[in-house]
Amino acid sequence: MTRASLLILALPIAVMAQTAAPHSFEAFQKAAAVLRHPRCLNCHIPGDAPLAGADGEAHAMRVKRGADGLGTAVMRCTTCHQEANGELPHSPPGSKDWKLPPPETRMAWVGLNDQQLCRALVDLKVNGGMTREKIVHHMDTDTRVLWAWDPGPGRQAPPLEHREFVELIRVWIEGGAACAP
Amino acid sequence: MITFQVNGKSASFDDDPSTPLLWVLRDNLQLTGTKYGCGIARCGACTIHIDGEPVRACVTPVSRAHGHAVTTIEGLSRDLSHPVQRAWLELQTPQCGYCHAGQMMTAAALLTKIPTPTDTDIDDAMSGNLCRCGTYHRIRASVHRAAELQAKGKRA
Repeated sequence: MTRASLLILALPIAVMAQTAAPHSFEAFQKAAAVLRHPRCLNCHIPGDAPLAGADGEAHAMRVKRGADGLGTAVMRCTTCHQEANGELPHSPPGSKDWKLPPPETRMAWVGLNDQQLCRALVDLKVNGGMTREKIVHHMDTDTRVLWAWDPGPGRQAPPLEHREFVELIRVWIEGGAACAP
Repeated sequence: MITFQVNGKSASFDDDPSTPLLWVLRDNLQLTGTKYGCGIARCGACTIHIDGEPVRACVTPVSRAHGHAVTTIEGLSRDLSHPVQRAWLELQTPQCGYCHAGQMMTAAALLTKIPTPTDTDIDDAMSGNLCRCGTYHRIRASVHRAAELQAKGKRA
C-alpha cells in the first residue's frame, strides 16, 4: 500500500473524528446510562444499606456499610462474597475487593440528575480524591467495574459495551469533564 | 495441593480448588457439625471461621482456606467450655437446632470482636443467620449471657 493510499484511507476517519466527536458533556450523558445501571448504583448509595437486584431492592440480611465500607464487625462483605461469582442462581456475586465506598466518601449517585452526577464524579471532596486520570483508569480497569459486565447468573450487564463506556468517559474527561451542555 | 488447618489439625485437599469448603469439611473430613442449609449463602447455617472471621462455607471455595486456620463448631471447644456453648446450654437456645451451629459460630466471632455487644451489635452480626423456628429472642439473650460468661472467665 502506498503512502498516498494510506492518506486517502485515513482522511475520512480524521474528518469523521473531527465532525462526529461528541461534546464532553454529551459523552458523559451517554455514559451515565451505565453509571445509573443497578450494577453500579446498587453500591453507590447515600445510606448505609446496599441495594441488590435489577430493581434496587434492599440487600438481604440487613447488610450495612460499616466503618470501612466492608460491612459490620462480623457481617463482612467477604462473609458471603468471594473473589468470583457464585455459579448458582441467587448465589452471591463476587470479585476481588468487593466492598462499598467508605462512609466518609460515599460516592452516592442515587437520585442525581446528569449534571449532579457529573459534578459528583469529579469533585475530589466526594469522589475519594480520584483525579480525572484516575477516573478513566478506574472505569477501565477496576475489578468491580469490570465485574458489571460479567455479573454472574441472573444479572444483566449495563446497556453499553465496556469499551464503548470507557471511550465515552475518556471523551468526557479529555474534553474538559464538562458538566453542562 | 490445598493445605490448611482445621480445628488445630493439618488438613489437605487435592482436587478441584473451587469445591465448596463445606463439602470438604463434611464429606472429606467428616466434620458434619456444620450444616448445609440453602447452598447460596442466604441462611448462615454453614458458618465457620477462617482465621477467626465468619464465612459461609457453602459458597467458599476450598482454595480460600489454603494456608489459613479453619474453625468449625467442633473446634469451638472440646469440652463445651466456650462461653457461647455454655450460654446455649444454659438457656436451651435451640428448638430444632439445625441452624445453631452457624448461629453459635457467628456469636463466637462477635464476642471476640465486641466482648459486650449491644442489642444493635447482636442484630447487625446475627441478621444473616436465619432460624425457621424463630428462636431469635433466645439467641439474643444467649449472646448477652455468653458475653457475661466470657467476662467472668477473664476475671477469674
